[in-house]
Amino acid sequence: MEIEEADVIVMWGSNARNAHPIFFHHALRGVANGARMWTVDPRRTGTAKFADHWLGLNVGTDIGLAHGVAREIIAAGLTDDEFIENATSGYDEFVAFVEPWTLEHTSEVTGVPAEAIRDLAHAYATADKAQICWTLGITEHHTGVDNVQSLCNLSLLTGHVGRWGSGLVPLRGQNNVQGGGDMGALPNKLTGFQDVEDDEARAKFEAAWDCTIPPAIGWNLTQMFEAMERDELKAVYCIGENPVDSEADAKHARAMLERLDCLVVQDVFMTRTAEMADVVFPAALGWAESDGTATNSERRVQRMRAAVPPPGQARQEVEIINDLAAAMGDDGWGNPTPEDLWEELRTVSPMHGGMSWARLEAEGGVQWPCPTEDHPGSPFLHGRLWERPVGGRRAPFSCVEDQPPLDELTDEFPLRLTTVRALDSYNTGVQTEHFNSPIRTGEALSLSVADAEALGVVDGERVAVSSRRGSIHMTVEVEEHLAVGLCHTTFHFPETTDINQITSDAVDPKAGTAEFKAAAIRVDKLSSEGLPGEGGSGEGLPDGELVGDRA
Amino acid sequence: MPDLYFGATDEATDAERAAVAEAIAGFGPVVVRESERLVHAGRARTMERRHLLLPALHALQRASGWISPGGLDHVCGELEVPPAEAYGVATFYHLFTHEPPTADDTVHVCDDVACRLFGAVDLIDDLRSEGHHVKASPCLGQCERGPAVMVQRTGRDDLTVTAVDGGPVTTAEVAVAIDTATSTPSVTLPQAGPQAGPQAGSDGLRLLARVGVVDPASLEDYRAHGGYRALEAALAMGGDRVIAEVTASGLSGRGGAAFPTGVKWRGVADQEGRPRHLVCNADESEPGTFKDRVVMEGDPFSLVEAMTVAGTAIGAEQGWLYIRGEYPVATARLHHAIDEAYAAGLLGDDVAGSGLRFDLMLRNGAGAYICGEETALFNSLEGKRGEPRNKPPFPTTYGLFGEPTAINNVETLVNVLPIVQMGGEAYAAEGTERSPGTKLFCLSGRVNRPGTYEVEFGATLRDLVDLAGGLVDGSEMRAVMLGGAAGSFVGPEALDMPLTLEDTRAAGASLGSGVIMVFDQNDDMVDTVRRIAEFFRDESCGQCVPCRVGTVRQEEVLVRLGRGSTIDDERDLLDDLATVMRDASICGLGQTASGAIRSAIELGLLDGMGAAGGGEGEGSR
Amino acid sequence: MNETAVSVSTMVELTLDGESVRVPEGSTILDACRREGIDTPTLCWAENLTPVNVCRVCVVEVEGSRVLVPSCSRKVEEGMVVATDTERVRTSRRMVYELLASSVEMDRAAPEVQAWMDHYGARPERMGDRSEIATQAQPVKVQDDLYVRDYERCILCYKCVEACGDDAQHTYAIATAGRGFDAHISTEHDVSLPDSACVYCGNCIGVCPTGALAFKTEHDMREAGTWDESRQSVATTVCSFCGVGCNLELHVQDERIVKVTSPADHSVTHGHLCIKGRFGWQHAHA
Repeated sequence: MEIEEADVIVMWGSNARNAHPIFFHHALRGVANGARMWTVDPRRTGTAKFADHWLGLNVGTDIGLAHGVAREIIAAGLTDDEFIENATSGYDEFVAFVEPWTLEHTSEVTGVPAEAIRDLAHAYATADKAQICWTLGITEHHTGVDNVQSLCNLSLLTGHVGRWGSGLVPLRGQNNVQGGGDMGALPNKLTGFQDVEDDEARAKFEAAWDCTIPPAIGWNLTQMFEAMERDELKAVYCIGENPVDSEADAKHARAMLERLDCLVVQDVFMTRTAEMADVVFPAALGWAESDGTATNSERRVQRMRAAVPPPGQARQEVEIINDLAAAMGDDGWGNPTPEDLWEELRTVSPMHGGMSWARLEAEGGVQWPCPTEDHPGSPFLHGRLWERPVGGRRAPFSCVEDQPPLDELTDEFPLRLTTVRALDSYNTGVQTEHFNSPIRTGEALSLSVADAEALGVVDGERVAVSSRRGSIHMTVEVEEHLAVGLCHTTFHFPETTDINQITSDAVDPKAGTAEFKAAAIRVDKLSSEGLPGEGGSGEGLPDGELVGDRA
Repeated sequence: MPDLYFGATDEATDAERAAVAEAIAGFGPVVVRESERLVHAGRARTMERRHLLLPALHALQRASGWISPGGLDHVCGELEVPPAEAYGVATFYHLFTHEPPTADDTVHVCDDVACRLFGAVDLIDDLRSEGHHVKASPCLGQCERGPAVMVQRTGRDDLTVTAVDGGPVTTAEVAVAIDTATSTPSVTLPQAGPQAGPQAGSDGLRLLARVGVVDPASLEDYRAHGGYRALEAALAMGGDRVIAEVTASGLSGRGGAAFPTGVKWRGVADQEGRPRHLVCNADESEPGTFKDRVVMEGDPFSLVEAMTVAGTAIGAEQGWLYIRGEYPVATARLHHAIDEAYAAGLLGDDVAGSGLRFDLMLRNGAGAYICGEETALFNSLEGKRGEPRNKPPFPTTYGLFGEPTAINNVETLVNVLPIVQMGGEAYAAEGTERSPGTKLFCLSGRVNRPGTYEVEFGATLRDLVDLAGGLVDGSEMRAVMLGGAAGSFVGPEALDMPLTLEDTRAAGASLGSGVIMVFDQNDDMVDTVRRIAEFFRDESCGQCVPCRVGTVRQEEVLVRLGRGSTIDDERDLLDDLATVMRDASICGLGQTASGAIRSAIELGLLDGMGAAGGGEGEGSR
Repeated sequence: MNETAVSVSTMVELTLDGESVRVPEGSTILDACRREGIDTPTLCWAENLTPVNVCRVCVVEVEGSRVLVPSCSRKVEEGMVVATDTERVRTSRRMVYELLASSVEMDRAAPEVQAWMDHYGARPERMGDRSEIATQAQPVKVQDDLYVRDYERCILCYKCVEACGDDAQHTYAIATAGRGFDAHISTEHDVSLPDSACVYCGNCIGVCPTGALAFKTEHDMREAGTWDESRQSVATTVCSFCGVGCNLELHVQDERIVKVTSPADHSVTHGHLCIKGRFGWQHAHA
């Protein structure tokens, strides 16, 4: 991987050590090859422990820090002016926009010492090859898209994009998030990232598929829930998603799903969402029971192959959808194999045009764009920015505002809770609870030494954890060197500790991603009378059971 | 660097923390917490400090008498070394203990080939019966006064115990030594009498000229005896010229391999632009060898001066002196000499006003013969297991920390002082054409005056034995172990062989480290040879299959020979073991592990004793 | 990455078993042997690990070298003369097998190990009766539900240490401890694996050549006598637990996954996985 050849690696809001361990192998090879590594994260994570420098910023101040770094790069004259001149737009406005973000001001906002911000700016800007990698620490905020854009600004200032070894590396959380997007599972895109609103593109698909495609952009998940609330959305066909457990405000999600006239869930597990469904289609597991493809974070399309037959009544998803279409009156779909579907896809998605099924088999994987069969695939994107004149549209600087998390810290909710991931567990734990991991420690609320002392709680003590949305019981784990005011927990065990009962319901309006990384909470000691102010109603609660009212 | 896991349930003691802090002073821990929002650490900081692991382990061992789990975790936290790796390093060395100590002092008694001739096994039994914690040890490098004893003490410096009359140490003397209140080994051991060496004060000595004459603790006295004139001359003539003189002198390595020193130095000097190192290999551990100890104990400043000459000549700014852990007196004297040299401006940023930088770091081994192998020594210095590296690449391009390194034995280095002063050509005129100069030999076994002797190359084995006063009364020479356990046995018929590189090589033997250990007609040669096999089994690092398993199988064969199996029964297997160890081992240890044993068989030393009779006529010369 | 532009490398000419051959500069002798179709045994070498050249079974004779050289790590040089099948080479290779097989259990090593032993006529039994010579016999370590460590099968090839450390996982839970014949793979103070730094990525098991390290699933089936590789199929697919795109090889027997590996030549994993990829399959049979 390219990162093995980078000179500076910035892990920003990514604990790849836990969440993307094999990618991190490559990053560490880069470090062994001489790269210096910075990590930017409110916590000194496992990833951060490998770094030369860890910058512990306040939760949700990523944009401020990025602006501070940008301003320092500009002020120190370390910009790549030739690149900016030829390949970007909006530079002058951007310079003016970040002017207030002096090292001192940035330090005040982010909590990071000014000298460290300066060092990061200089190291990143002066590196020959530099990469910024991020994960949900950047995106699971109500400003997720803005956060990403603020990092993009840094790469545009320095020309660390579109070249081998340099770039922006978003690390995907699932094996086929990229593939889902590639296939058009986005409200505004057709397959191959062609715009729904583009008449020409739509016409191509309509001709190929012999149907009419609605010309308007659809809803994202958040908008769907809003539409449910307005009773505009009455029926949902939910495939491979478990919003009851995964939505930030789980209570709200459950309430909305209950309002539906019809909920169809297609999943490999009887999830808590499936339990609410009117109809459940049991599906084959993608990676072990189905043939198909997945696209990874580096846009590499790889074959998935069935190794074992699906259990019981579970069926291939292609067959389920096919039969559903037939039942709805369209029996013209035939019974396409995954290979048939792929070959059809190639005819309408130019970036996949050169990836024949046979090539995917033979080469093990090809990175898009790959327009023709003799094209080797593309290890990196945006090379066009280095063409002179620039190929296509100029890359714009983004003047995005630094905004604190929506779930404000107050005297009533003075602690910042952020959710994190354990190495051996995956999301809501549905798929990882079946093996007996010797390193699984269960859920705990990590508190700083000072906060634990102030609260009078000790390691292993059960406490009540409350947010504006609910309250649960958790076990305390006192963590040395954790920043004062910061708490964290995983969310892998919703059956016993339902973290999402207390996480923020704020979402990024641009992406619909929930602000899992920043909830305001309060921690209360449990007394023999039960929860403070609740007159003993919480006594004897099992782990994580709801204390507040439940819709 | 990594996200380490520390699982020890016990914490380090205050004494351990203090000892570790002292050991890594000047570097500090890897992780620097500027604040709760900014931490510096990382691979570079970790790599820069890894060489502190061995000193830190020594600090733990000394502080509490063992490598405690809590102490190890503490060291690992400070240096960011994974505990499993540090444990792997610690368990590599004999002098580190991994169980809670049962006594404050551990008495190491050498029961190796020379010392076992003089009652080592009985001494071990006696000391144990008197309640001492005793460990049988491989050669402690005091073969001239066996059985050798070294006491490893908790909270205090280690001691070597020597008998006042120069004879075998008694249990009473060990007890007195243990109770001695001194916390550091005496830097003023008596220089007269048996401690000073048999040739002390004799004329015509070059390497031993000051041993037993000069006060080893006094820089002033060293200067008064000609000290630091070579450095003065070397700095005046410049590095290239020094290397040219060393090349012209024909000096070759005295550690055993006899590689031309000038060539080695030139190779390192030519690596301009890269950081370079000079390493002195004072891990003298070849059974029967103690010459470097004698030089270091008796004339420590000469080694410091010689290293300074060498380091400045090859452009190395960093010198490393690696002394085996079993030499507490040499260690103390060199520490003192280095401190004095720094104080006098003879080491450091500006060596003797030359503008050249040369720093000298002293490190101790911890009980591992293999660390005398040059690449194993590098790994040991680097804080890794002392496993030899495959060569090429060679040290001159890829040595310590992967950087160009000249590594020389103590004796080799001190030869440089006369070479610089008299000129290479004059030096080359002495000795023989292919073995110029003088050589130190270590006489032990059945001779009247065992000790270190310096002679001009060309002296015969008989000359050396005579110099040592001949064989003791009633002894008749059966065999001589020449060159050490990695060398070979020769019989009385070799007495007139000149002990030069070329003559020994022609005879299929080797000078090795200059060992001449004499056995007589009553010595149990099967036991001796089995002990050699045991030595190699114990000292194999375990890395490569031929040596790790081969040395075990070889010893098993020799045990069988002692129990009635015959040479004929075992010949094929012994041959194959010898072949695979010699041909396919990574380093010299495995490659030579069968040499002495095969020569013993060829000489017929194993016939008639333990083994079934029947002459092996073919072996005799 | 396979797309990396590889600069046209200089070729080096050497003599290999009497034939003049040209191979790219920087190749090892082993690379050259494989290019030329000269089958060469290896134990401690693996394509996804740094060569440690400790087993010495790949040694060859190089003209001018006093001793044999390990082909796995020695780089070719212009004009080098290499012989791979001389009496000296055959003797050393045979002896390495005899020494190993006399001290450890080799019956679960890859089939080619036995084939090579036959080829060189290795007779480990001549080292003496197993009860009278030193061996690595010791009880198997079963300390959790995922791993089994059966060190009487360990040939000390260092592969697991490398996979746990610098070559892949960077966890350093295990290292070589002790010395000589007592050298062994160990956690610090020999603490149990669950009490160590181990994160159960299984990469040590993935590289073990002799079955000393095994997945518990495999171990249990072997103990029960149900492990049957002739009835197993392997499907290569993509792990579902993040977006990195690790290839998984699902080993299936009787419609059940019995273990998971990854191809050593896959540009994403180089054969290495994490705990989720390695063991997260169990939900398929939940």
